[in-house]
This record gives sequence, C-alpha cells and structure tokens, in this order.
Amino acid sequence: MKVSMKINGVDYEKDVEPRRLLVHFIREDAGLTGTNVGCDTSSCGACTILMNGESVKSCTVLAVQAEGAEILTIEGLAEPDGTMHPVQRAFQECHGLQCGYCTPGMVMAAVSLIKEESSLDEQKVRNALEGNLCRCTGYHNIVKAVLQAADEMGVKA
Amino acid sequence: MYPAKFDYVRATDVSDALAKIGSDEDAKFIAGGHSLVPLMKFRLATPSLLVDIGRIGELSYVKDEGDYIAIGALTRHHDVQHSEILQSHLPILSHVAGLVGDPQVRHRGTIGGSVAHGDGASDLPAVLLALDATMVARSGEGQREIQAKSFFKGFLETDLRPDEILTEIRVAKGVKGWSFQKFNRRAQDWAIVGVAAVSNGSTKVAFVNMGSSPLRSVGCEEALRDGASITEAAERAVDGIEPPSDLNATSEFRVHLAKVLTRRALEEI
Repeated sequence: MKVSMKINGVDYEKDVEPRRLLVHFIREDAGLTGTNVGCDTSSCGACTILMNGESVKSCTVLAVQAEGAEILTIEGLAEPDGTMHPVQRAFQECHGLQCGYCTPGMVMAAVSLIKEESSLDEQKVRNALEGNLCRCTGYHNIVKAVLQAADEMGVKA
Repeated sequence: MYPAKFDYVRATDVSDALAKIGSDEDAKFIAGGHSLVPLMKFRLATPSLLVDIGRIGELSYVKDEGDYIAIGALTRHHDVQHSEILQSHLPILSHVAGLVGDPQVRHRGTIGGSVAHGDGASDLPAVLLALDATMVARSGEGQREIQAKSFFKGFLETDLRPDEILTEIRVAKGVKGWSFQKFNRRAQDWAIVGVAAVSNGSTKVAFVNMGSSPLRSVGCEEALRDGASITEAAERAVDGIEPPSDLNATSEFRVHLAKVLTRRALEEI
C-alpha cells in the first residue's frame, strides 16, 4: 500500500505492507536511525517522535495511519546550520544523558511537553516524562535539562 | 514485532466505515490503535481487515447537551483530559483520562477505543460504569443506546456487534462528589486495583481490574443504601466478587486493596 508523509520537511513515499510500523518506516525506509526501538511495546518511549506536532510512540503507530502526516524526529530538530534546539542544548549543558539510548525519545517528549504547557515545575516534568524510561536512571539531570530548556523557551514555573 | 498480515482501508465517515466493515467478523475498526496494535503485535489479535476510523473528525467532540454531556467516540484521552466542559461538569472523567498511559499514549488513544476494547483493567470503562453512562452505537440497521451496565460483558467482550460502531458516550450531569483511587507500583502501570466512586443522589462504586470486565460494587452500594457507615460499606465492597490472581497480585491481596481503596474513595467523595 502506498504511503507518503513528510519527515523533517522532506517528502517520503513508499509502497509498504499495512503492518509496517511507523518506527520502521522512519528507520528503514527513510533511513533516519536517530529514533530508537527500545521495548517495542509502547512502554519505554525510546521511539518517541512528533506526529503533527505532538509526541507519539512510533512503535505503536502503523505507517499507513501516518499517511499525510508531518513527522519530526531528532534529526530534524536542529536548525539547518547545525544550531541545536534549546532542548538539545540543555541536555548537553546539564549532561542529561548517560548511555544516550533513551535521549532522542526524551528530547522529543520534552519538546512536545514544553509546547503544550504554560508553566512547568519539577513535579510536572517528572509526571509528564512517565512514558520515557532511562535504564541508566539518569533522571535527575534529564529533569534539570527540561526545566532549563523550558525556562529558556519562556515556560517557567 | 510485526502484526500478522492484514488488509487496511480508510473510512471517510460513519456510513463509509459501516459499509467497509460489512459483515466480516474478523475485521476490526482501528482508531488510535493503542489497545489494538499492541494486541496485534503479540498476535493475540489477528484481524483480517482493519478499517481505519481515525480520520472521522465528526466523532471527536465534547458537547453540553443540557441534561447530559456527549463525548464523541474518537475524542482522544488528551482532549478528554483538557476539555473545559468535562473539567467543569464531570471532572472525574478528565482526571482519569489524564491517568491513562502517558502523554504519548493520550495523544493517540481515544475514549471510544478504550470502551470498545472493554478491558476490565482499563480505568475509563470502570469510571463510565460508575457514572451509569450510555453508549451509542450505529449499524446499518440504525442507532441504539446501550447502558454501561449491560455493555461490558466479559474479558475484552462488549455488547457491540461486529457490524456496529460506537459513536458516542453520554453521561448525565449532576455528579456532586467523586473519587478515583488507583493502586499501582510504578508510574504508567495499569491499576492493580482501581476504585471509581461517584455520588449523584446515591453513591455508585465500580472496580478496575477486579474481574474480567469492569464491575460495580453491589455490596458496597447496598450497604450505603441501608445506612451503613463508610467502614461497614467498604467491608462489603467485594461481596460476590472473586478477583483473579496474576503476576502483580494474588486474589486475596486484590480483595484487601479493594476494601481499603473503597474506604478511601468513600471518605474523599
């Protein structure tokens, strides 16, 4: 079945089986391997991307369901000249990662969260990241990074 | 993990969806897919055909209809959580929608999907059972209304026929007090036991994960009608209910939790 979508501003069209998962379309058909597969059961959040501006777990969406959608992955977050998105920069400055496997999903979940909320504090960030697991348990600096980015983007406590 | 092979078509409106599902008993509707896709990946569900109703915008709404609130079946958990109408008239529904899964799941999952899936371990079906909600379903033969009490039949089984589509959920206004108690060990987990309690003239209590389908606590409600104290009513909460044992809890532990959570719910209501 033919499916087309825009990923990071670029059009992709491909003939896929209806059972192809969005995460595999992104990784294998579009070749964007920044989005990771972790648990593959919509628990861990490593595959989080933005679909039409909102965070979703791409392991639990069929590629055909995303027909015509605008997808944003970790690769599309920085400016074309390489300037990092405030959330990426905050993760770097706060050292909001250890092994890095959960990071793309964490960053995308944080971008969606900051966009949705008018104010954020530590408790809200911890609650809102419940769908993203860090097996290094590096949550402390991740939360710090999200708060720093939110502050920079005008979303304060 | 890949689901087994299936055919896929998109529906443009409710009539189109009904025409496309036809009378194929192995076909399924898919909306957000956050209950169905995981089941398909585990191959616990192997539909022959998916009819995608996720783009039927006319089924995504929350409307104040005077005596009751009407919620379109395709309203996402995120939108139920943030609906101002629900926050002011039925805050238990927006509160509990905000406890489903996590933000990513709530961006995709729909209230109708959760109801039609009919999982006794889901939070929203039990809340709708406590609220005496009415489910509205449409088929080629027309529209019918199904009371929540006769809607949830058994394990992942509802009163919906294969050729019927759930279109709307109606909940009467007039809820004066409410409480939702959810016990789980980790964020994002399903409830080991959940209790929904509402008072709107009388007190209604329903359980999450105390059986194969959401259940009303007949014992507790009867006791309260007879003038029992909160402690006495909570003691009778599990009369006639035999919860299952699983990896998370034994049946005995669930009975204990249900009584404690019922007491807390009645105290908070």
